[in-house]
Amino acid sequence: MIGVNGMRTMAELEARLLTRDAALTPVALADELLDLCEQILCHWLSHKQVVPTEAKVEGFRLLALHRQGCKGEPSFNACRESCRELAYYYNLLHLEPEHPQITSRMAMARAVAMHLCLFVGGKFEVPELGDDCCSSQALRAGAA
Amino acid sequence: MSEKYKTVAYYPGCALEGTGHGYNRSTKAVGKKLGLNLVEVPNWNCCGAMEVKNIDPEIQNYLSARNLGIVAEKMNVDTVMAPCNGCYHNLKKVEHDIAKKPKTQEVVDRLSQKAGHATYQAGQVETIHALDWIKDAIGEDGIRARIKNSLKGLKVANYYGCMYTRPRNIFPEKDQGPGSESTYKPHYMDDLLAAAGAEIVDYPLKTACCGGAHTLADSDTSTKLVLNLLQTAEVCGADIIATECPTCHSGLEMHQVRAETEHGIKTNVKMLYFTQLLGLALGISGRKLGLQENVSDARGLLKEKGLL
Repeated sequence: MIGVNGMRTMAELEARLLTRDAALTPVALADELLDLCEQILCHWLSHKQVVPTEAKVEGFRLLALHRQGCKGEPSFNACRESCRELAYYYNLLHLEPEHPQITSRMAMARAVAMHLCLFVGGKFEVPELGDDCCSSQALRAGAA
Repeated sequence: MSEKYKTVAYYPGCALEGTGHGYNRSTKAVGKKLGLNLVEVPNWNCCGAMEVKNIDPEIQNYLSARNLGIVAEKMNVDTVMAPCNGCYHNLKKVEHDIAKKPKTQEVVDRLSQKAGHATYQAGQVETIHALDWIKDAIGEDGIRARIKNSLKGLKVANYYGCMYTRPRNIFPEKDQGPGSESTYKPHYMDDLLAAAGAEIVDYPLKTACCGGAHTLADSDTSTKLVLNLLQTAEVCGADIIATECPTCHSGLEMHQVRAETEHGIKTNVKMLYFTQLLGLALGISGRKLGLQENVSDARGLLKEKGLL
């Protein structure tokens, strides 16, 4: 996947998510994960020839991008909860950076971001991912 | 105990007679122990799963409608319980489609007539999952009162998979406020296993994609997704991932093995059906719960924890 409008490629985004940068504060990590995940969804939208929105839903561009990605592609709802979980952890890391479980929360945020990356990466490889289960549509519906 | 769901029609589906046999055994054993009655749907057929749906979604709807029709016509109950997420999802889907899409009712009527049995009308039968069944008929207090072997000390991550909550429009009873199940953060399994004494870890990938239908056709995608599910459970501190679907369960087990053999990445978290965990807490033997049938063998861990 080639970078779009100066964005990192999907491979670069996955590589960055695999990096464990111990110097990052909880707030910095939250900001970076949100940015990386927005880029991931922008890749998907660009692939679908849709201009990624700058709008926000519930204060998050990530959720607006996800909503955009679902239009005409209900299987993309398979990553709805991952997007919402990331927003949840973003808030936790910002609001309680000194929380006793901050290390665990940072790890959870990374895991959720990684799952979003793997799912969208999987959709590039197998466009029908999520069709049968998450949208209850036939795989290869056009051929049915 | 609530009389609601005390006796339900039981639709095991194909997986519970094959790879998910431990789920079948443990569901029946737990029901018996709790004084709940399961009456298997006579002469049931495939729900259409994904195989038929991918050829013709309306034929798949007919197959699921036939099962509901048998319950409506031949069994003296108004509720069918399906432990498999795929079956549960397909029964809920046909209920939704018959109510909302005239074409579906037309096809179901035509094929039912051709096959020589009564057709199914929306609303005749309520479809529930095994989680609804135990949660509503027994509840957390009922579980607590019956515990013989607390799951205390066992850290559990609950994985619900996708077909229990998605797409949201076929589950109108969910997201109805306090007490109802949530499609965003489902909690029924958490509630029941916590009542049995387990320590439920905060698991952020409860409904995240495992690759599902592509688990065989595109194994690498599935293995990567499952590996992240397993590694995240371990980061959460879980000893066990509890499942409530035979397809999810098999996928987690299979790709745990594949991640190790193909990619050299070993994870140690074990998978158990929630009914197996509940059964242990209720004092049912591991053999009766089919623990020996799981690919992911948790018996050593359970012995260490004093649960076997």
